[in-house]
Amino acid sequence: MKTREQFPTKRSMLLHFLRGSKKYFAVCLGAVLLATFFDLIRPKIISFTVDAVIGGDAAQVPAAFTGLVERFGGTAGLAAKLWIVALLVVAVALLGAFFRFLFRLFNSKGSETFVESVRNGLFRHIEHLPYAWQQENQTGDIIQRCTSDVETIKRFLSEQLTNMMRIVIMIVMSLWFMSGISGLLALLSGLFIPVIVTYSMFFHTHISRDFREVDEQEGVLSSIAQENLTGVRVVRAFGRERYERERFEAQNDVYSNAWIRLSRLLSAFWSIGDVISGLQVLTVVAVGAVLAVRGTITPGEYIAVVSYNSMLVWPVRGLGRVISEMSKAGVSIDRVRYIMNSQTEQDPEDAKRPPMDGDVTFEHVSFTYPGDAAPVLKDVSFTVKRGTTVGILGGTGSGKSTLMYLLAGLYPLAEDGGHIRVGGVDIADIAKDHLRENVGLALQEPFLFSRSLAENIGIAKPGADMKSIRKASRIASLEDTADRFAKGYQTPVGERGVTLSGGQKQRTSIAQMVIRETPIKVFDDALSAVDTETDAKIRQALLEESKDSTVIIISHRITTLMHADNIVVLNDGCVAEQGTHDELRAAGGIYAQICAIQASGMEDAADREKTAGGQPADGTRKGGEQDA
Amino acid sequence: MRNRQKNKAEQHHSLPYLGFPRLWPYIRQYRGRIIIMVVMGMLCSGIDALFPLFNRYALNHYVGEKTLDTLVGFVLLYIGVLLVQSVMNYYSTYVCSKVELWVGRDMKNTVFNHVQTLSFSFFNTNNVGYIHSRIMSDTDRIGTFVSWRLMELAWSLSYILFIFVSMFMLSARLGGLLALLVPFTVLFVIFFQRKLVRLHRNVREINSRITGNFNEGITGARQIKTLVVEDVVQRDFEKETAAMKRAAVRTTRTNGLFLATVTMMANLALALVLWRGGKLTMDAVIEIGTLSVFMSYAIGMMDSIQEVIGTISALIDVQVNIERVMRVLDTRSDVTDTPEVIEKYGDTFHPKRENFETLHGDIEFKDVSFQYPDGDELVLEHFNLKVPQGTNVAIVGETGAGKSTLVNLVCRFYEPTKGQVLIDGRDARERSQLWLHSNIGYVLQTPHLFSGSVRENLKYGKPDATDKEIIAALTLVSADGIIERLGRALLEREAADATAGAVSGAKSSMPADVTREAAMVKGLAADVGEGGDLLSTGEKQLLSFARAILTDPAILVLDEATSSIDTVTEKAIQDAIQVVTKGRTSFMIAHRLSTVVDADVILVVLDGKIIESGKHADLMAKRGYYYQLFTRQYQDDATQQAL
Repeated sequence: MKTREQFPTKRSMLLHFLRGSKKYFAVCLGAVLLATFFDLIRPKIISFTVDAVIGGDAAQVPAAFTGLVERFGGTAGLAAKLWIVALLVVAVALLGAFFRFLFRLFNSKGSETFVESVRNGLFRHIEHLPYAWQQENQTGDIIQRCTSDVETIKRFLSEQLTNMMRIVIMIVMSLWFMSGISGLLALLSGLFIPVIVTYSMFFHTHISRDFREVDEQEGVLSSIAQENLTGVRVVRAFGRERYERERFEAQNDVYSNAWIRLSRLLSAFWSIGDVISGLQVLTVVAVGAVLAVRGTITPGEYIAVVSYNSMLVWPVRGLGRVISEMSKAGVSIDRVRYIMNSQTEQDPEDAKRPPMDGDVTFEHVSFTYPGDAAPVLKDVSFTVKRGTTVGILGGTGSGKSTLMYLLAGLYPLAEDGGHIRVGGVDIADIAKDHLRENVGLALQEPFLFSRSLAENIGIAKPGADMKSIRKASRIASLEDTADRFAKGYQTPVGERGVTLSGGQKQRTSIAQMVIRETPIKVFDDALSAVDTETDAKIRQALLEESKDSTVIIISHRITTLMHADNIVVLNDGCVAEQGTHDELRAAGGIYAQICAIQASGMEDAADREKTAGGQPADGTRKGGEQDA
Repeated sequence: MRNRQKNKAEQHHSLPYLGFPRLWPYIRQYRGRIIIMVVMGMLCSGIDALFPLFNRYALNHYVGEKTLDTLVGFVLLYIGVLLVQSVMNYYSTYVCSKVELWVGRDMKNTVFNHVQTLSFSFFNTNNVGYIHSRIMSDTDRIGTFVSWRLMELAWSLSYILFIFVSMFMLSARLGGLLALLVPFTVLFVIFFQRKLVRLHRNVREINSRITGNFNEGITGARQIKTLVVEDVVQRDFEKETAAMKRAAVRTTRTNGLFLATVTMMANLALALVLWRGGKLTMDAVIEIGTLSVFMSYAIGMMDSIQEVIGTISALIDVQVNIERVMRVLDTRSDVTDTPEVIEKYGDTFHPKRENFETLHGDIEFKDVSFQYPDGDELVLEHFNLKVPQGTNVAIVGETGAGKSTLVNLVCRFYEPTKGQVLIDGRDARERSQLWLHSNIGYVLQTPHLFSGSVRENLKYGKPDATDKEIIAALTLVSADGIIERLGRALLEREAADATAGAVSGAKSSMPADVTREAAMVKGLAADVGEGGDLLSTGEKQLLSFARAILTDPAILVLDEATSSIDTVTEKAIQDAIQVVTKGRTSFMIAHRLSTVVDADVILVVLDGKIIESGKHADLMAKRGYYYQLFTRQYQDDATQQAL
């Protein structure tokens, strides 16, 4: 199936999705450099103030600023106007805060743009994956990949990667500033960094197993509660409340104790980290004091070094955790990559877009679902002449829906699986969108979108106005339903709206088909939940509306099928009988038998019930139809 | 219904509800530890406020006086304080975690156990997800609140307290100046916190819409493809992701402004210290070391203020969690045993099984009127029915017609509004619920299995059942084939694993000499998956039959499966029903003809009410609703069978 992978590596996928957001991250880098720079200027000002202004030592004025200082009346003048220095602190802080704000903003812009493009890309890709893929993969798992894994990748970029960048810049710059004052102090402080980072990385790598353990135990506890609640009737009916209680409490203990064990480790980790960082601070304070006493550094420089050092403490402690967490993102990237690397539906290179109002022919069609052993369709052949109606009668699992999925190109036919042709052109050679735009499929169990009723109908035809929506509803006998809702056609339906009955859903699906005005119309048992009269009314209205359509109706009801120009009876994946209503009735086969059953009065049914009860069917119903 | 709950919760949110007193019973027993944790946390933060003073000493004494005389003592003292702080820190965070988990655990147990005693009206008005969140997540939040949030509050408050005391002792003028900044900071933080709460909520909402879109894009794939609306749904989806981007960026922007404001306040404080403090230093009112202490405090102060206000807003948030949990705990069961009954038969968790009488199986509805607690009309009015031991009762009607009502009354999941349900001639209320439930076998329409092995599931109703009994029960309902197959599959896998270890690549062969019995015993150990997901619906149904029959119940309640199952299993289930109902009082919510035809009494339900009753032949002769129902079903079935 996988002919080529779109993204052979993790990196290639990240770079693909980063296309629109790289510029933001570039701004981010610039902003964080400037922000850190301004943050680190502050101790310099304080140092200058303490030495030159308050200490009155004019020699401490940096050469570059002597002119400026003179403008304010020298150090003595500044001492009289200390507010100038205070203002300078505020100004520098403002600049620092501004660039830090810019960093946050562009970091967010970058990562949100990235996530937007991942989400859109994933959604687009999923929509274009073959239908079989959607069936093979668990919905919950795919959604998990599209939501929490995407979130993990985003965090990797917006928190871990940029944080690491920030921390490294902070470390390098503050060590550089420190070394400008005293190389020895910078070295001493710098020596602690690998120790703290290694300690933290080591701890976090080792503890991840315990974290997983706690997560798993919580999962077990959660599912005990979940199963207890969903199975509440069983619990009560067997009087097993006490057992449930004991089970829950025991697992609750296991979970809580696992957490407590873990938090003991965490507490120890933090406390030891505190000691190491405290020693780092102490080293700089003590050695700095010695240097200050010896006159190697001034009191102001001493204050500056101490504050540079303290600015380092937290970033350094965070670095180990960030590095160890970054490795987790790899798993998520691969989980998303799995979806992006799945092969989408492909049209043949010279895909045709022929007129679709010709005969529909099924030629020796055989089909086996991927992963199944037994075929659902075996050598099925029949023709639907243009502008005629063909009825298909078949039991559950006889393969009649499969036939229609094949016609709509939801599954491809195998090499030796026969051909389906429209107007003489093999549908395998027709562009998928062209094929589906011309084959209208009304389903037995249609899916409703979480939108209004009108939008659910109108979605099938872009730009449809209310008038055409109303008209389609009228033909599908859905008008009364819409009128009965307080909000009419604007009533929200689907998952977050009003729950429609099976028949209402089917009629919505029919309205969708009507509004599309496709030349080929298929009722895939789409009238099963509609009563007989409405059934007839819909078919009548449809006939008047589109006389030229080629129609295929799948049904159990003889009354639905009897007026068809040709009726095909499918049994166990094969065509068992074929002909008009009268021909088939005369033939005395399955169709005639069913005809008799359905035509028979209630009297008849009452008589037969004695023999019918509990009789097993003759194995014609094996294998589930895959239409879920 | 869910909307109603939501509205209610939000309404309560805005009310000044103070739930903290109600937490007392859960934290009472840990109060000693909480006090230790708070005191230690306060001491730790006090030491944090102490470290700048070390700096001051170093500046004033060593740097200022150019001497290193006390340096060794200084270093040792510093290390000593550091170690003391670390040990206290370790202790307080460890105790804090313990309190968090213990309170959470206790509350989880309490809520879970309380839910076990609630009646079905509770489960009908609250969905599983809702109750589950009350048990699992609300309790977690409360646990976190009474531990970490409390500690953070103590820590930050005491830090602020310590530094102000320290500042006022060092220089009252400078301290007073910084104190002036506090109210402004508080106002700023509150302003931003409020805004952020709203923004975060918006982000969460869009996020759930995006998840919903993914769900729709996957589960609706067939419809999307056949309607060729990929582009339409894509466009809509992109609208949501764009909205998400805007909302997320706006949230970050506000948060960024917030943090920048706090930083600016800190720097403003620092500037004030430099300006006024610098002056004081020059005037020799304070020393240079004191100036540096003030500079440290100025920076540290604002973070603590932010922390305090953050905790206070968490305090408001946690009210909702407390309130939700308390609402569950305040719910009382509609069905309760009287004190006398409990005295004799024990309660749910402590039954006195030695006093349980044998249940014979005569049931009588005597002038029963019934209305669901959340319903608005009587669904039974003066209903009378005698069901002697061994009678098979079938209940038929359309889906949603209210066929479960009688069963709910027999099982005492609900109690009659008026009248009595007599069991063996005595009012059901005279004996305990557990007594009754111990004598009822119950098979659900959607069979519910627990995750675990086949054996664990079958023993659910009878913990002391032997493998022999279990296999006998399985055989009785023709489910022996299932476990034999499961057993052989398991053996095969084990054999494959073994050979894979020994000779890689060698094709494993099934040990053919395994007896049927051995395979079945092995099959009992097979895992059924979460909710029995590894088995088909039909198989689950048969296993739940076996589970019900194993307890040899006097009364059997069956809710027949409507979902389509394959013919062979369907036949097996039909046969199983025949076998298990024989000689037992049974109530069957029926969907299939054969069971209905053979029943001793058929009750026909329409719109929640029993409109016809009698034997099959009588009802057919009556040509009423049952007749119509039956005929229609008969035609459908006949058609299916002919095909």
